[in-house]
Amino acid sequence: MNLRHAPEYLAVVPEIAGAGPVSAWGLLRLRRQLELGLPLTPRPYEKLAEMTGLSEQEVMTAIRQWQAQGLIKRLGLVVRHRTLGYAANAMVVWDVPDSQVQDLGRTLARKSFITLCYQRPRRLPDWPYNLFCMIHGVDRQRVIDQLNMLIAEHGLEQTPHAVLFSTRAYLQRGGRYVSSN
Amino acid sequence: MRLDTTDKQLINLYQRDLPVCDRPYQAMSRQLGIAEEEVIERLQSLQDSQVLSRVGPVFEHSRAGASLLAALAVPDEQIDLVAARVNLAPGVNHNYAREHTYNLWFVMTAPDEDTLEERLDELEHQLRLPMLRLPMVEAYHIDLGFEIDWEALP
Repeated sequence: MNLRHAPEYLAVVPEIAGAGPVSAWGLLRLRRQLELGLPLTPRPYEKLAEMTGLSEQEVMTAIRQWQAQGLIKRLGLVVRHRTLGYAANAMVVWDVPDSQVQDLGRTLARKSFITLCYQRPRRLPDWPYNLFCMIHGVDRQRVIDQLNMLIAEHGLEQTPHAVLFSTRAYLQRGGRYVSSN
Repeated sequence: MRLDTTDKQLINLYQRDLPVCDRPYQAMSRQLGIAEEEVIERLQSLQDSQVLSRVGPVFEHSRAGASLLAALAVPDEQIDLVAARVNLAPGVNHNYAREHTYNLWFVMTAPDEDTLEERLDELEHQLRLPMLRLPMVEAYHIDLGFEIDWEALP
């Protein structure tokens, strides 16, 4: 297990991390174990406590604190859209003047069908686009319809963009930062 | 797998704010008007049938180690082979073919920035293909889960 990134996870629960090396190590094990998901047993946090050497109370405190500090964005059911029938997804990329990228990013991020929205650097001359968003839809046509709506609604007709539909998923899994690989 | 009304409710209600208490599935079962045991069985079966990848936290990756979106321009006839090699590289967790000259898009993660750059250098050196490195500058969305349009599904 690599510990170099760990301080932030420990720092937000000082009362546990400070209790000694066993507790600090337990928190990092908890962080790692959570990447695999909650156990589906009546007392999942107790189970996690057994796995990490923490108490059930400490497990819950750590998770609440990580949520409060934004280290955990959400806790709940992680849905595979493809299995549900969301067969199409397009990464739509835009070349937006730097002075406007933040406003447009925030606007796009509010749409319910947009699942990700990031600013990234241009790589000229190959790659002129600096704003990225992901649109999921049941099929290609629905994604295109939603994009066209978006363009009309926000006056983006003159904003250069490209639509990169995904044609194959070779790999999709949660990020594993704590593991050794 | 066909989902019934209760499955859909479960998904609608608990993509976020899963209770953090002694018996979270019991708390959810009260909300749904079913038994705790049934909540657990349904979650297990949604997970087994790949509707859910897991029940648990989504971590803010930009704050948990380093991660970067990269793209490769791969000759079409080599894409399966190159994709397989990218999958084997350490820290890769998403890898998609997309319609563009840059046609293979993947996310690489590492414990820190230096390791990340080394891993990408190594991969670029092995593959000898044009690579774009596109680190995040700013994230605008807040991940609240995805509002599912059940009516539109096939």
